[in-house]
Amino acid sequence: MDVKLDGETVVDLKPVFGYLHRNHEKLAENMSYLASMPFTDRLDYFNSMTNNWAYALAAEQLIEIEIPERAEYLRVIMAELTRLVNHVSLVGFFINDLGALGTPLLYAFREREKILDLFEQASGARMMCNYFRFGGLRCDVPEGWLDRTRDVVDRFPKFLDEYEKLLCENEIILSRTQGVGNLSRELAISAGITGPMLRASGVNYDIRKIDQYGIYDRFKFRVPYSNSDVGDCYDRFMVRMHEMRESIGILQQALVGIDDGPIMGNTGKVFKPAKAESYGRVEAPKGELGFYLVADGTPKPYRFRVRPPSFINLTVLRDMCIGQQVADAVIILGSIDIVLGEVDR
Amino acid sequence: MSILGGGILKGMAVTLKNFVGSYFDKERLTTKEYAWKAEDMLPERAGDYPKEEGEQLRDTTTVTHYSRNFPMLLHDKGEPMDNVRCVACQICERECPPQCIYIEKSKDKKERGGNKAQFYPATFDIDVSVCMSCQICVEVCPFDAIVMNSQFELSTPDRFGGLLLRRDDLLKSNDYYHKIHPEEAAARDKRITDEKAAKEAKKKAAEAAKKKAAEAKAKAEAEATAKPGESADTPATEPHTKPTPKPKKEDGIE
Repeated sequence: MDVKLDGETVVDLKPVFGYLHRNHEKLAENMSYLASMPFTDRLDYFNSMTNNWAYALAAEQLIEIEIPERAEYLRVIMAELTRLVNHVSLVGFFINDLGALGTPLLYAFREREKILDLFEQASGARMMCNYFRFGGLRCDVPEGWLDRTRDVVDRFPKFLDEYEKLLCENEIILSRTQGVGNLSRELAISAGITGPMLRASGVNYDIRKIDQYGIYDRFKFRVPYSNSDVGDCYDRFMVRMHEMRESIGILQQALVGIDDGPIMGNTGKVFKPAKAESYGRVEAPKGELGFYLVADGTPKPYRFRVRPPSFINLTVLRDMCIGQQVADAVIILGSIDIVLGEVDR
Repeated sequence: MSILGGGILKGMAVTLKNFVGSYFDKERLTTKEYAWKAEDMLPERAGDYPKEEGEQLRDTTTVTHYSRNFPMLLHDKGEPMDNVRCVACQICERECPPQCIYIEKSKDKKERGGNKAQFYPATFDIDVSVCMSCQICVEVCPFDAIVMNSQFELSTPDRFGGLLLRRDDLLKSNDYYHKIHPEEAAARDKRITDEKAAKEAKKKAAEAAKKKAAEAKAKAEAEATAKPGESADTPATEPHTKPTPKPKKEDGIE
């Protein structure tokens, strides 16, 4: 961050990024559709499953394909587990930025570890899962995986209770986060902010509810959002804590509803869509993640564009920081929840 | 919240619970192990690197049998190069997203495991520093020749040569594959045998149908041309039965 200060007060601020630019979009235009899938893992490396899903959704719109029921359920399970991983580590990092070095972050990572083990058992990798395919999933989960997941999901609320006890009433956290980094509802909407950050500013907007992609229409869950018009860091923190509880609700429903069956639709040998355009978006843990594809009838996309939530949420950093203390700028950045792999692509 | 600092005290009670709990409760101490023990494949201590050069690829370390790290070339029982499954079709080279595979096709063909003579990879290099463990090569391989190894301690002090794994380093037996990924390997072997059986059945059916057709044709011809047709009968049918129907999978490759 390029910060201009007047004493301790921030006068001007400019986020400087681009050091992790990997030319993802142009690279993807020069390789087959499937070959870009592992690269989407590396956008937001905390949430490779939801990244995969957004890309798979976009590609599936290009061809007509029916996704098997079991695959849909597994997709929802993976996406919600990813949300737990992301929020739990975000909260840990956020508190870490506040100065509580270690303890809350390590508790968060302890729980994250259990979910990452599940990912490894299902997909072979802990973070770069590369698990989704156009029309389904790469492979079925191993035997006993669902029971293990049930176990992890059932224990998670206990951890959340403990975590809330640890953090939510802590006076230091309250005084450092409440009223810091205000983001008004109007600015949030006009800047295109999405995800928990938008909901913390009092807008009820969740793509899982609006698009109902996949089979999200089958699950009962609530969308937590702040009831004031201005969201501060504490709102953003609490929205994520509540969202984790809703995710657990979805997971429990999905783990009951899942049935045996195939996990891959019939895609044919070569993925070669006809001339078309598509935009697939999901509610990634950080906001609306979208993939825009233009197909020109060859096995490679003509245009490949990512709408990264981290990057667009970062654009309001300056507005939130001006007039705040310099020490608070770090917290505000932490509360946005950015991953630079996605900001720079 | 009534008293000031009550929230902090509450939090400290939680940390105390966690601290004490970590001595008794397995739940609170999850990341104690560095790598899973998979029978006789781990070194004495975790992080024990093989020291000698060339020993780097010893199959010493592994993690869970679900994990994937780096591709390896499978060969069936026997001498590795006589039983390697790869036919150097170069699909994986083309599809590899970071382009880390380099294959050179052999000039001659070699017969392997009772199949008809095929090319084999004269060179097969994978660059460790470029590979991103995505498993696309495994998915696109039509011969089940390349699968993922779970060995992860591939670091070496050599920046260039040591990071480029050659064909002979990559060759691993199917037994080794069964050892590191038991479930996956069993499923793969079952699929291969099923496919082979299906292919065989199809081949047999096609051959029988062809034979029948040829016989019927010969019969018809014999009936039409009466006696002199008998001597011409046998050579006429033979070339018909010989070319076996090509399996559909190989069609796309050649």
